[in-house]
Amino acid sequence: MPTVHNLPVPFAIKLVKDESLKVKTFILDGKLEAIPGQFVMVWLPGVDEKPFSLVNDSPVVITVARVGPFTSQLHEKKPGDTLWLRGPYGKGFSIEGNKLLLVGGGYGVAPLLFLARRARAQGCSVDAVIGARCAEELIFVEDFRALGCQVHLATEDGSLGFRGKAPELVEKLIPELRPDSICGCGPEGMLEALSEIAVFWKLPAQFSYESYIRCGFGVCGSCERKGWLVCRDGPVRSLSQSL
Amino acid sequence: MVNLGVDLCGYRLKNPLVLASGVLGTGPELLARVAEAGAGAVTTKSCSLAPRRGHPNPTVLEWGHGLINAVGLANPGAEAMARIIAEAKKLLAPLKTPIIASIFGSTIEEFARTAHIISSASPDFIEVNISCPNVEEEFGRPFAADPEAAAKVTRAVKAVTSIPVIVKLSPNVTDIAEVACAVEEAGADAICAINTVAGMLIDVYAGRPILANRTGGLSGPAIKPIALRCVYEITQNVKIPVIGTGGVTTGKDALEMIMAGATAVGVGSAVYYRGLQAFNLIQEELADLMQKLGYRSIEEVRGIAHRS
Ligand SMILES: Cc1cc2nc3c(=O)[nH]c(=O)nc-3n(C[C@H](O)[C@H](O)[C@H](O)COP(=O)(O)OP(=O)(O)OC[C@H]3O[C@@H](n4cnc5c(N)ncnc54)[C@H](O)[C@@H]3O)c2cc1C
Ligand SMILES: Cc1cc2nc3c(=O)[nH]c(=O)nc-3n(C[C@H](O)[C@H](O)[C@H](O)COP(=O)(O)O)c2cc1C
Ligand code: FES
Repeated sequence: MPTVHNLPVPFAIKLVKDESLKVKTFILDGKLEAIPGQFVMVWLPGVDEKPFSLVNDSPVVITVARVGPFTSQLHEKKPGDTLWLRGPYGKGFSIEGNKLLLVGGGYGVAPLLFLARRARAQGCSVDAVIGARCAEELIFVEDFRALGCQVHLATEDGSLGFRGKAPELVEKLIPELRPDSICGCGPEGMLEALSEIAVFWKLPAQFSYESYIRCGFGVCGSCERKGWLVCRDGPVRSLSQSL
Repeated sequence: MVNLGVDLCGYRLKNPLVLASGVLGTGPELLARVAEAGAGAVTTKSCSLAPRRGHPNPTVLEWGHGLINAVGLANPGAEAMARIIAEAKKLLAPLKTPIIASIFGSTIEEFARTAHIISSASPDFIEVNISCPNVEEEFGRPFAADPEAAAKVTRAVKAVTSIPVIVKLSPNVTDIAEVACAVEEAGADAICAINTVAGMLIDVYAGRPILANRTGGLSGPAIKPIALRCVYEITQNVKIPVIGTGGVTTGKDALEMIMAGATAVGVGSAVYYRGLQAFNLIQEELADLMQKLGYRSIEEVRGIAHRS
């Protein structure tokens, strides 16, 4: 059982990296023991506390898209500032087979980079489909390449790679790639489209879902989706469990 | 063989374990899952007349000896909760697990109106949570802090519904037995004791309280002795059944609660410590322990701590 910090623990920020106009990566001074797909609750005293997937566990790395009040305040943080973390919580991805297809949209790419690192270390071959609205919003392209993954890009405006959404590219790639399993993280619509593809090709698939998180450990019921809890039974669920 | 069945206001529960309000009780499928996990009855999260968003995070933390929470009574409102209850009733029917609808209000009239709306979904019980602050008096004092106010709420709810009413008491009072007597006299069919114990945690690095609301309610193992004392004092003074709640995580805890006089036993925070299996595990442990001690039914043990 990996250590779980149930009360917020302070972590100093070591480095902040701009990934795109709206996305920043925070490299923290400290370690956790986590499985790719698990998340932490990040507390900014006096502001709020919100869930973020881990991009790495030692050192701890999170990647944050600016979408509202909390993430805007987080984006103001500089090296030397402190973030409070509790976790990691939830169920992560399990590596099924030797040939993985990872599909990420938006900041959904974050936990998949962590997964790709573990899968490559284990000798798996990894294809990563990264989707975004436009070329400027694609993130982690070079990080996946550096791990030795095949990277496939999809932009909705066609400014780089395939023109269209990530699932459309996946549909084209599957017949030639023949992956053993699919792992996906991103917007709800993307996960729905990927589910249909996985069912059609009879491929085992795991997806990371979102919902409103309060406790993060399965008591408050806030994150319920039709009887299962995103924070404790998920956020990663295999397709067969979610249907 | 040990018989764990208990009678609560004419309903036969297959075991005394009741899911406490605010823990998981947010939707029909989740309530059904808790029933399938072995709960004898389930309570929905407390709802108010209008929807409430609740407090910002952090709202729920585990601190080593229990939980602390200040969710701020987030709920979708009585109309939406009535639909959830109606749906849950269908799912729970084959399991024969009664459903307790928990309500709260900031004025006596709000309690009555909420109870009326919720009654339309025909829950098996209505639990009246009087532990939130009473806005009517503008002191922020909960109805549960004043026997007379507690009695008034009880009467107002009893007047609008024929469903059995459970009044949930707060331990944050000088004399909980006095409040219990007042609600019994006002017509309460049962009592649930206790709600959370007021508390606070401070982060030394941030130099501030951790909960966004600053203060919150303690639950879990740390409050078991407080809950036992409250149940003991209440059952010494009232005849209506008590759902003993607070810090029950094992079969032994449940037996202590029954020995203190409880008819049924609330289980909340244990879901964090042991997962949903808590319901089955506590039952098994309770049955084993009763067997070992030579008891065959819950009735046989209830309140024996009063006799010594
Ligand atoms: C398991 C999980 C992992 C996540 N991982 C990442 C990540 O790696 N990187 C990243 O940028 N974002 C991630 N998110 C989303 C992130 O939590 C939200 O973007 C953030 O909470 C928004 O807060 P805000 O105040 O900036 O925006 P708001 O204006 O408050 O919210 C914008 C949207 O964020 C979502 N949101 C807000 N509060 C919560 C909450 N308490 N729990 C869940 N969702 C919420 C809602 O959908 C809301 O519509 C993750 C969410 C979950 C559930
Ligand atoms: C996260 C959380 C939310 C709660 N919400 C409510 C609520 O909405 N209404 C209520 O009457 N009690 C609420 N409670 C109190 C519980 O029902 C119970 O009385 C208390 O937790 C003590 O039991 P325990 O130690 O078994 O958890 C809540 C408790 C927790 C931990
Ligand atoms: S966030 Fe509390 S149960 Fe999932």
